[in-house]
Amino acid sequence: MTRKNLAPFITIMIILILAILGVVPLDKGVLGGKGIHLGLDLQGGTHLVYQADFSDTEPGSEGEAIQGAIAVIERRVNALGVSEPVIQKLGNDRITVELAGISEIENAKNLIGQTALLEFGELAKEGETPTWTNELGDWVPATAEVDGEVLELSSRYFQENTYVSQDDYGQIVLVFQWNDTGTKMFEQITERVLNQPLGIFLSGEALRGDEGLPIAPYIRSVISDRGIIEGLSLNEATELTRLLNAGRIPVPLTPIYEQTVSPMLGADFVNMSLKAGIIGLILVLVFMMVYYRFPGALASGALMFYAFVVLAIFKAIPVTLNLAGIGGFVLSIGMAVDANVLIFERLKEELRLGRTLGAAIEVGFSRAWPAIRDSNITTFIVCGILYWLGSSIIASGPVTSFAATLAIGVAVSMFSAVVVTRTFLRVFAGSRLARRASLYNVYSGKSHD
Amino acid sequence: MINIVDKRFRFFWVALGLVIFSAVALGAFGLKPGIELSSGSMLTVNFAQTVNEDELNQELETLGYGGAIIQQTGTGGFLIRTAELSTQAKNDLENSLTNRFGAVTEAEFNSVSPMVASETARNAGIAIAVACVGILLYVTWAFRKMPHPFRYGVCALLALGHDALLALGIFAALGSVLGWEINLMFITGILAVLGYSINNTVVVFDRIRENLQRGISPDLAVVVNTSLSETLTRSLNTSLTTLFVVLALLLFVGASIQNFAVVLLIGVIAGTFSSICVAPNLIVAWERREAKRLFRRDEPAVDSSQG
Repeated sequence: MTRKNLAPFITIMIILILAILGVVPLDKGVLGGKGIHLGLDLQGGTHLVYQADFSDTEPGSEGEAIQGAIAVIERRVNALGVSEPVIQKLGNDRITVELAGISEIENAKNLIGQTALLEFGELAKEGETPTWTNELGDWVPATAEVDGEVLELSSRYFQENTYVSQDDYGQIVLVFQWNDTGTKMFEQITERVLNQPLGIFLSGEALRGDEGLPIAPYIRSVISDRGIIEGLSLNEATELTRLLNAGRIPVPLTPIYEQTVSPMLGADFVNMSLKAGIIGLILVLVFMMVYYRFPGALASGALMFYAFVVLAIFKAIPVTLNLAGIGGFVLSIGMAVDANVLIFERLKEELRLGRTLGAAIEVGFSRAWPAIRDSNITTFIVCGILYWLGSSIIASGPVTSFAATLAIGVAVSMFSAVVVTRTFLRVFAGSRLARRASLYNVYSGKSHD
Repeated sequence: MINIVDKRFRFFWVALGLVIFSAVALGAFGLKPGIELSSGSMLTVNFAQTVNEDELNQELETLGYGGAIIQQTGTGGFLIRTAELSTQAKNDLENSLTNRFGAVTEAEFNSVSPMVASETARNAGIAIAVACVGILLYVTWAFRKMPHPFRYGVCALLALGHDALLALGIFAALGSVLGWEINLMFITGILAVLGYSINNTVVVFDRIRENLQRGISPDLAVVVNTSLSETLTRSLNTSLTTLFVVLALLLFVGASIQNFAVVLLIGVIAGTFSSICVAPNLIVAWERREAKRLFRRDEPAVDSSQG
């Protein structure tokens, strides 16, 4: 081993050891980091996408409205105790929700889909057709006339700052405040329904408290802009506060995409694809060693280097691996040896021309390089397009993950062939073992006459 | 030296035959788009008891899902494909199935609205078109110092079209016989095949460029044939290692990744053929303006060069 080759060799070994330490075990990271991040299809969970309907929203306040809707979903999901939920705006008018684990999914889905608009009702008089009916009686929307227009009272007329507090006696109170229109309306309504209950309805159903009874506070005085609701439990007050705040700018949400995978199925996928990857890797290694013998064995070493470094990069970035992503990784194992194959074929050609081993290695690498570069650029172009496709559609998981794993795989494979295999070859070229021509299988696959 | 260029018309006929087969299969059967591309819901359920496919079909019909398509999974469960189901409708369906057949576990549920499906289909189409244009431009650019670089781009693209069309044609046939649908994994696979196949073609073209620069022969046919025989081992070996991993994916991961793995399988084999036997030979045929000769009886030999 010459001194010139020593430094790269040691560097490669250090990278390899770091990568192995970083990768093993796969489900945990070094220094408290996380394991390889698995997509929802592998760990089990649900991916939901909702379309927001802005037809009732004032123009210009769409952004605020969707943020409000996201806040509502966050609260609802957090209350269910789903770990690490991802709730994000997608484009201008969509919300994507990713929940891992499955136990509460049905529950969560029912909650998320609900419109946050709260409507208020007063008891129906004789002859009025009720809009809502429950054990407390028949209800019609509480209406008031503002600027000559009859409006129905709803949570959209609240100010932002509804909150839960305690009065002087330690009782839970919910403090609310109306906006200008709401103030005018509530004054008229409370005058009319003084000492009567005010019903609260969400999605056509009475809002029910802890005991399952409808929440319908009695109006004790005429209220204009600010008021309180007494007699709620802390739980009820908190929930109602959330709903009132979210209901200020309600946006109807329609589910447009759902993907749910049970954790058991996800675990099966992980095991199966792991098996496929290992068997694919072994087949490739055996082929390389049988066909290319000595350099093939070195390439196999480079391939192990490749596999560990790629996995370490997946962990470090982190790349979300789903089934297609693992497919991309497994595929890249098969493609990763391509650069090695290109180099070894060149190496054999140069040896046949009678060059010494050292010269053949150098010429082989430099001649193979343009082909390695040009051919891999096409793969990068396709990965870039796949990545764009993934970012432009909703069912993006498989496409994006595949593009990322394939691109990383191809990039590392170029490095591993050009730098790692070359260094290995240079290092071992001086050994007596390496000088035996039979080790290069020079004459098999020979295409010249 | 193996003579691939001499036999170019035979290869063109094979390629043309495959293309015609694919076009006919596509025309006759069409592609069956999965829910990701055409909307709907797909529910995978496992039953605690053994359930007969006919019974399940009957039950679904009684429940008002007469149009549902069911398919048995390898593990005794069933895939049930319906029009788009709401959460409520899906829960009702699962409850009804539990009442009829005993405990039901939901393994997978996927639901796609028409809006999302049409966006996906449109963008997938754009992606494939952009990939083709990108590859055409890149190959033209990469071989810009050669005479007629555009020819290399066009010939590479024609070879790609052959590979992609073959995959589509075989899937149309599989769709008709086995009910296979094309989904997003299929599209991903097609794009991966485009990348893989062009990769092979570029390696061959690269050698043609090198040999042209070295001036090994004034005859392009000889240069191409030499380049092909020099890169043949590499092409076959790389395809072989890729086939190993694709087969491993197909055999060990199975149904969920089946579309993807089968597209790759077709693509790797077709891509190897087209990058060796079609794309480089097209360059030679173009150089010699042989388009009309395809239909002549006498096969031209390499040495009948037009100078």
